[in-house]
Amino acid sequence: MANATDNLDAGVARQERLHLMINRAAGWLDALGLAWITPILKIAAGDNPREQFSELRRVLVIPLIGIGIFLLAWGVLAPRVETSLGAVPGPAQVWEQAVNLWEDHKAEREKEAAFYERLEARNAKLAEEGKHDMIKMRAYTGKPTYFDQIVTSLLTVGLGFLIATLIAVPLGIASGLSKTFSGAINPLIQIFKPVSPLAWLPIVTMVVSALYLDPSDALPKSLVISAVTVTLCSLWPTLINTALGVASIDKDLVNVGKVLQLSTPTTIRKLVLPSALPLIFTGLRLSLGVGWMVLIAAEMLAQNPGLGKFVWDEFQNGSSSSLARIMVAVLTIGVIGFMLDRIMYALQSAFTFSANR
Amino acid sequence: MPSAADAEMLAVEKDELTFGFIKLTDMAPLAVAKELGYFEDEGLYVTLEPQANWKVLLDRVITGELDGAHMLAGQPLAATIGFGTEAHIVTPFSMDLNGNGITVSNEIWELMKAHVPMEDGKPVHPIKADYLKPVVDQFKAEGKPFNMGMVFPVSTHNYELRYWLAAGGIHPGFYSPSDVSGQIRADALLSVTPPPQMPATLEAGTIYGYCVGEPWNQQAVFKGIGVPVITDYEIWKNNPEKVFGLTKAFTEENPNTTLALTKALIRAAKWLDENDNANRMEAVEILSRSEYVGADAEVIANSMTGTFEYEKGDKRDVPDFNVFYRYFATYPYYSDAVWYLTQMRRWGQIAEPRADSWYDEVAKSVYRPDIYLQAARMLVEEGHVAEADFPWDSDGYRAPTPAADIIDGVAYDGRAPNAYLDSLSIGLKGQQKVEGGEVVGG
Repeated sequence: MANATDNLDAGVARQERLHLMINRAAGWLDALGLAWITPILKIAAGDNPREQFSELRRVLVIPLIGIGIFLLAWGVLAPRVETSLGAVPGPAQVWEQAVNLWEDHKAEREKEAAFYERLEARNAKLAEEGKHDMIKMRAYTGKPTYFDQIVTSLLTVGLGFLIATLIAVPLGIASGLSKTFSGAINPLIQIFKPVSPLAWLPIVTMVVSALYLDPSDALPKSLVISAVTVTLCSLWPTLINTALGVASIDKDLVNVGKVLQLSTPTTIRKLVLPSALPLIFTGLRLSLGVGWMVLIAAEMLAQNPGLGKFVWDEFQNGSSSSLARIMVAVLTIGVIGFMLDRIMYALQSAFTFSANR
Repeated sequence: MPSAADAEMLAVEKDELTFGFIKLTDMAPLAVAKELGYFEDEGLYVTLEPQANWKVLLDRVITGELDGAHMLAGQPLAATIGFGTEAHIVTPFSMDLNGNGITVSNEIWELMKAHVPMEDGKPVHPIKADYLKPVVDQFKAEGKPFNMGMVFPVSTHNYELRYWLAAGGIHPGFYSPSDVSGQIRADALLSVTPPPQMPATLEAGTIYGYCVGEPWNQQAVFKGIGVPVITDYEIWKNNPEKVFGLTKAFTEENPNTTLALTKALIRAAKWLDENDNANRMEAVEILSRSEYVGADAEVIANSMTGTFEYEKGDKRDVPDFNVFYRYFATYPYYSDAVWYLTQMRRWGQIAEPRADSWYDEVAKSVYRPDIYLQAARMLVEEGHVAEADFPWDSDGYRAPTPAADIIDGVAYDGRAPNAYLDSLSIGLKGQQKVEGGEVVGG
């Protein structure tokens, strides 16, 4: 009998541990936009299914219905819009082009492999003839595929965002701490914040071309130009939010710091940053969103490699599949933008324990 | 016969190259040389990059971001004499003959049609600008500007459109050093639109017609937004078109690379015209890939396979619409360069009168048949091409084009540019200059 109770107790304890784990995971899943997994896990763990089903309906079924209605409306309405390139493609054609792009990618990889085989054969022949000084490895010269373009765009936005953060956070802290500095920098923020990437681009192109004289293969000039344009347009939300976060620290904390005679770097590290972190992260999230949006425009205009160039090339191609391919890019841009936002949100949740500290 | 594999490869100075191009069918020699491995046969690893427009392309060749590019024949000449961006560009290879067309919007075509002579219910070709003149006059009388598009101020298309208009009595306007819009005293106002945007601009109603290379005329037919009225073959039979341009500095630092790439391009051109255009459908497939021209294969095929569709359904044979190799198409003739220079002078881009000898000197500093023939000689020895494919003894000037081959019936002799300019009805001649919107002197 005692044995059975033990078993029961053990069972309850395991159940509780499981629930604890699920609840902990729920926070993360929510941050990553995967909130619908939680109720499924809970049902699997033996929770009241009815309660969980209603939760599941809220987080999974209703959004799916929304997407379904959108796809239906798209599928019905699109063929009715006749453009000079034919009807606007519906979801089916767009999916077909997404598959084509994947096939293209695979085909290009095969061509690449063939290229390296030819290269090796040539090098082997040269080696046979004893012309060792002519043996060289060459980079593949084919076109970048759609997936290569996505990677390029992500790298570019990452670089631009990194530079923006490195500029905006220190400036924001300085401006939050000092009224004088804030007064000096504020008009500049107001003036430069609304400038479009398309206006920055010619200036950035000229300046980068003048300063970045010896581009390396890993960091081509075009990538730097796009990244700097992204920086210029995306640093403002971080700057403003950081300044706001720093300026609104609890005065008591500041006074404690003064009493303890903390040095400025320590004050910033121990008091300012932790307090301002939630707002800094809000700023970073906004900045990354702006940066991603701006990037596509910059790439389109400057013909720099990336998704923007893909869109522009397809627009220029004007083939019957171009519109559908551009729509694939639009959806990709949207999904990636969403994922970037979620990643930042997850980071924010990880680094700030509560919204108010 | 020795094969490519046995041939001694040139010791190329630079083997990784990036070439620019604009999405037009006449970039075909570049795509073919890459896809068929002709570049690799020469030990060259080439990346091909589409460019946004002709200006960006030229600038990037000058700054060295591109090693070379598919260019408008006028670009190396204008850059070398300092009209627009100044830089010494040379060309060892002429890319093709013909390949352009002039398209007008459906609305204009309806208005023009009333004046076009018909036979068996179809318009008689070539359609002259004479039939457009009443339409332009009507627009002028109503105070509406008659806007047309071309691709670049020194483009073949600008000069061909001007040639056609002027032959029909429509003044396309002068350039002057202080006004580079090219619309001084113009009846038809010409402005720049990049080739792939032409159909969209026509559709938007910004322009009423344009002159552009393929596939952007056939695209208008497919989209049902415009009607090509004339091909450049009918304006001037076998006129020179694009060239392959490199900076002079590049050719001097990399003489073997220049030779090697010229060899690859000559082989590609030969392949394109071989066996009576037998390879054209394969070329169409290559060009229709999204990294090259990217338009639908059927649109590209319309002009690449020896036909041209005018009004929808009116498809006619134009076997020489695109010539890549026949008639010594790839030889960079001085006389071709001189023709472009005469047109620059005719419309005021060259503001001052120049002696015949000046035309000859400029042509010789830009066009490099010496490099071309050296490359050709190597290809003959390697067994890739025939001895008879090249004009070995030419002095660089074509035989004068007879009056019958040009739409306005004015013969062209590249050796006498000033006499040629004097024989054209509209345009600057003799000592004339454009000053403050007026033609003075002469």
